[in-house]
Amino acid sequence: MSQARHSTARSLAAHAVLILYTAIALFPVFVVVINSFKNRRAIFADPLAVPGPESFDLVGYRTVLAQGDFVLYFQNSLIVTVASLFFVLLFGAMAAFALSEYRFRGNMLMGLYLALGIMIPIRLGTVAILQMMVASGLVNTLTALVLVYTAQGLPLAVFILSEFMRGVSDDLKNAGRIDGLSEYTIFFRLVLPLVRPAMATVAVFTMIPIWNDLWFPLILAPSEATKTVTLGSQVFIGQFVTNWNAVLAALSLAILPVLVLYLIFSRQLIRGITAGAVK
Amino acid sequence: MGALTLTQVTKSFGATQVIKGVDLAVEDGEFCVFVGPSGCGKSTLLRMIAGLEDVTSGDVAIDGARVNDLAPARREIAMVFQSYALYPHLTVRDNMGLALKQAGTPRAQIEAATGKAAEMLALDHLLERRPAELSGGQRQRVAIGRAIVRRPKLFLFDEPLSNLDAALRVQTRIEIARLHRELGATMIYVTHDQVEAMTLADKIVVLRGGVVEQVGRPMDLYNDPDNTFVAGFIGSPQMNFLDAGKLGLNSDRLGIRPEHLTPGGGQISGRVSHVEKLGGETLVYLSSEDHGLLTVRLFGERDYAVDEVVGLGFEPNRAFHFDAQGRRLR
Ligand SMILES: Nc1ncnc2c1ncn2[C@@H]1O[C@H](COP(=O)(O)OP(=O)(O)OP(=O)(O)O)[C@@H](O)[C@H]1O
Ligand SMILES: [Mg+2]
Repeated sequence: MSQARHSTARSLAAHAVLILYTAIALFPVFVVVINSFKNRRAIFADPLAVPGPESFDLVGYRTVLAQGDFVLYFQNSLIVTVASLFFVLLFGAMAAFALSEYRFRGNMLMGLYLALGIMIPIRLGTVAILQMMVASGLVNTLTALVLVYTAQGLPLAVFILSEFMRGVSDDLKNAGRIDGLSEYTIFFRLVLPLVRPAMATVAVFTMIPIWNDLWFPLILAPSEATKTVTLGSQVFIGQFVTNWNAVLAALSLAILPVLVLYLIFSRQLIRGITAGAVK
Repeated sequence: MGALTLTQVTKSFGATQVIKGVDLAVEDGEFCVFVGPSGCGKSTLLRMIAGLEDVTSGDVAIDGARVNDLAPARREIAMVFQSYALYPHLTVRDNMGLALKQAGTPRAQIEAATGKAAEMLALDHLLERRPAELSGGQRQRVAIGRAIVRRPKLFLFDEPLSNLDAALRVQTRIEIARLHRELGATMIYVTHDQVEAMTLADKIVVLRGGVVEQVGRPMDLYNDPDNTFVAGFIGSPQMNFLDAGKLGLNSDRLGIRPEHLTPGGGQISGRVSHVEKLGGETLVYLSSEDHGLLTVRLFGERDYAVDEVVGLGFEPNRAFHFDAQGRRLR
């Protein structure tokens, strides 16, 4: 009996900690969302109040949808994020497979070199990247952003995925080789499905900084046609006046797509724990 | 079809040599078992035969044709792994049929081959399941079925029964023996289980540290070991090694199997340290001042008290003489 009570107490404590953490983490998001539905005066008068009949106002959303081309900005952000994510996962997984599966000279060094990017921020190379993009005529294109983000996401992807791939049964890959599967089939059909939870983790960690980034869109692709959502929202933040309604509305809208992507991946994360052929 | 020849085969991982020059001939239809302590290179040698590891030097030949540079899939072999290694995303039927499908065999022929293999292994009712929905024993039977379907020249088994429980192990062992008889195929089987080696093998290869210690039929290794390693490795409980000098003999060590030591007689004496009664037989462990720990195997149920002093005798013609290097003196 005391054992059972003890564990109930423990799980209550654990839940209390988790709920507290969730509350702290969600609080800023909550404040942003509720204020996006209020008029300007109400935002400043009582920022923590939920919108009531008096303070409720959709002016922020109207401004956002009226000014600038927000649909286009969203589209740009989505294209950049999804394309970068695709390349990071594809190339990251391929490099990780090579590093974990094949013995070749310099394997260790190559692994270290590829992981180095985790420690060195890519922004240090901004000037050189900009020069390169200018030289290759890629300034003000989404391609420039996709290339940079792919480079930025690869180190962590290679690092995490190669650890996971080392864990995939050698016997399974060897069985495939004996049955005449090509290395590509072994990679795509046998190994990738087994590391799906790791892929989902990498996807989430890669996607969020890309979606939220302001730096590279501002430097590499500030033109109207290539603006991303974060950059597009900046028009409402002026040096002297800031249109808070519009900023908050834009930010609230910007949460949605990334939330959808996250939900997709986290489902994979849970479902992906494969019950395999390996006992 | 299905003879295997290894000629001075070696394998190095970096600077460490793991297989140190192995010569071996396995004849068509033979059941050959590799035994040896953990880490001696059994799996590595098997994987070299399969083509999953490169050969550092020497030649591997199947049916007289050198296959060193041939991809695993082109060597006409099949392999069964300890961890089963079934494809998790395919049904039992597709698992078994995959190799033929890769080779471009017509569909009807694949169906026939999987059907026949499934029938042989009593897997008919499981064909539509996925590996995750099978028990350990069933998975291993599917893995064996997958090997049969290909009609390979050479079957390779790497400790296929080690993940199964004792009863299932016996049953699957008998099944493998039956398959060997029915298919008449050449099989190479790695194990460190004595009983599997003795009961299945036409030929046992004893390996130690990447070197072949002795090759022979099970009873030849048992009755005529070349050195103390083979003598100690084959047979359970282990052979006793006595100090020959203390017995007034001119070899270095004397090997006597536990069943060939008999109570009574006074050449050797020891104090009983432990008794194990197994019903059909009794194992008595004695410690002797001259020879260290000795094991005696007696038929039936016997009563001995711990600390009792027992005299032992042996038939000289059932004892093996070894020199100081462990080599057999004949
Ligand atoms: N990829 C590798 N790189 C380096 N050393 C290896 C590699 N594979 C095996 N070895 C070494 O080769 C030796 C033989 O290994 P192997 O797996 O063939 O042993 P084994 O006889 O099958 O042992 P067990 O009975 O435990 O399965 C071991 O010492 C092992 O450490
Ligand atoms: Mg092994």
